[in-house]
Amino acid sequence: MLDTLFITFATFALLFALGAVLSPNAINAALCFLLCLVSVAGLFVLLEAYLLAVLLVLVYAGAVVALFLFIIMLLDLKEVSAWKLRGVSALASVAGAGLLVAGVLAVATRGQLDSLPLAAMPALGADLKAYAHALFTTYLLPVQLMGFLLLIAMLGVIVLSKKFTADAAGVAAGDGSAAQANLGAAASTLEEARK
Amino acid sequence: MIEFWTSLSPLLQGVIKGLAVIAVIFPLAGAGSMAERKVSAWIQGRPGPNRAAIPWLVKIPVIGRVLQRLGLFQLLADGLKFFFKEDPVPGHVNKFYFFLAPAVALIPALTTVVAVPFGAWLDGDAVVPIGLANVDLGLLAVFAVSSLGVYALILAGWASNSKYPFLGGVRASAQFISYELSMTLSVLPVFLWVNEPGLRGSLSLARVVEFQSQPGFWGGTWFLFTMPVCALVFLVALFAETNRQPFDMPESEADLVGGFHTEYGAFKWAIFFVAEYAHMIVGSGIFTLLFLGGWNPLPWVSLADFAALIGIAGSPLLVGVVSIAIFLLKVLFLIFFFMWVRWTVPRFRYDQVMVLGWQKLLPLSIANLFIYLIAIALLQPRL
Repeated sequence: MLDTLFITFATFALLFALGAVLSPNAINAALCFLLCLVSVAGLFVLLEAYLLAVLLVLVYAGAVVALFLFIIMLLDLKEVSAWKLRGVSALASVAGAGLLVAGVLAVATRGQLDSLPLAAMPALGADLKAYAHALFTTYLLPVQLMGFLLLIAMLGVIVLSKKFTADAAGVAAGDGSAAQANLGAAASTLEEARK
Repeated sequence: MIEFWTSLSPLLQGVIKGLAVIAVIFPLAGAGSMAERKVSAWIQGRPGPNRAAIPWLVKIPVIGRVLQRLGLFQLLADGLKFFFKEDPVPGHVNKFYFFLAPAVALIPALTTVVAVPFGAWLDGDAVVPIGLANVDLGLLAVFAVSSLGVYALILAGWASNSKYPFLGGVRASAQFISYELSMTLSVLPVFLWVNEPGLRGSLSLARVVEFQSQPGFWGGTWFLFTMPVCALVFLVALFAETNRQPFDMPESEADLVGGFHTEYGAFKWAIFFVAEYAHMIVGSGIFTLLFLGGWNPLPWVSLADFAALIGIAGSPLLVGVVSIAIFLLKVLFLIFFFMWVRWTVPRFRYDQVMVLGWQKLLPLSIANLFIYLIAIALLQPRL
């Protein structure tokens, strides 16, 4: 039963992830992303990490994807034009891909995934108190770092969007990014509040 | 009877219980639209729907006429009409999402009922909540599932592929995100109060009611009295989340024709409305559990005391029925309140909705949270 469910959710997650990346229609892509998140939440439930599953659905599936759709509809993107790699973006994507590969390789070769006490894992993701406690003791540094990362991203979005207030498209993009920044702030407050 | 019930497989038991709850919620949500027409008529000094009649039934003396005057036959007529009238599908829509949207509206609305306890019975002295599942993450689970309901509005607006539904869909997504945050923040003080330090934390809704039915002055006070600002913010956010006037931006007949459902007709349109009323019922239920003492009949009078007072404490079945009746009465009053507000307060403009959400409600709920953080830390050990 569990194996069947796992295979179903995992297949759905992978298929919808592929759909999100490959779909030329932005709305389809966002909805594939939504279904992918829900499938991953299903995997969390199978791992007895109920809290993580609920938070994933509440924050990401419920709010973030709704915001994606809001922005897609606001900009009225019918078809996404083919992305051309050149200059800085090519460099950035190569660097990003390199980091990803290096990270996966490092985890695969020298990672300690096997040595983690498996019994301790579900307890953290299932129970509100255990989760909050772990967040403020063991994982305090990563949480603070993520907070800074969100802050930097938020500032970056504001700075980038301020530049294009002259033409109409820029205004729309600016609004979108401002809304995104709003959500960034919202999400971090929410996180803070939940802690 | 009971042996037969326990001999069924748990899966079958779950399915039967779920269907039983849906069998109550679905007609109740349908009746909501009728009640809306009747209440609006009374508030405006009109009789409202009072003509539809079933030929023989209306001949029954007194009762038949009363039912006709109340418009109950109109409900049947409308229901049948939605089944049998032609279901138009405009040529310019995206068919897949157009058909998907009403289903997406209804499923989260009915799924949220799972985590909402709606009554209690007495097992000796212990009060056992009645509900489909007593989930430890109660309220978070409800919020998570109900937050998926907004996709129905967005999808309907987008799939309709025309101007006004599109604007309705965009407004729905923006409004929903704006108010979800205040809603979550407004319930936090309740759970801070309920979860005493040192204990294992729980977001269960039954636990909140249990807390409001303790003996003593502070134990029996409903949270409406101790946390009025939380209740106000939650109620306003609830109006916005269920797209009720004065927040019905996605629909907004005056400027968007019908908003997200402009292109819909017949049964698909009706499903959107059943979903809206189901959302209202579940939302009112949560408000009742959090702030109005759940199934306790009055403040400072718990269900157990009340059962002992009217002499039914020995019968679990009667206590269960009475508790569900009390709970439903409070929910129905709140639904009446929703309709009352609809015909009292004019609809906000879109910019006013955004200003209210981000600049007034959100700071208010954050300040409120901090005040209660300090107050609970200082006061709770002494009470």
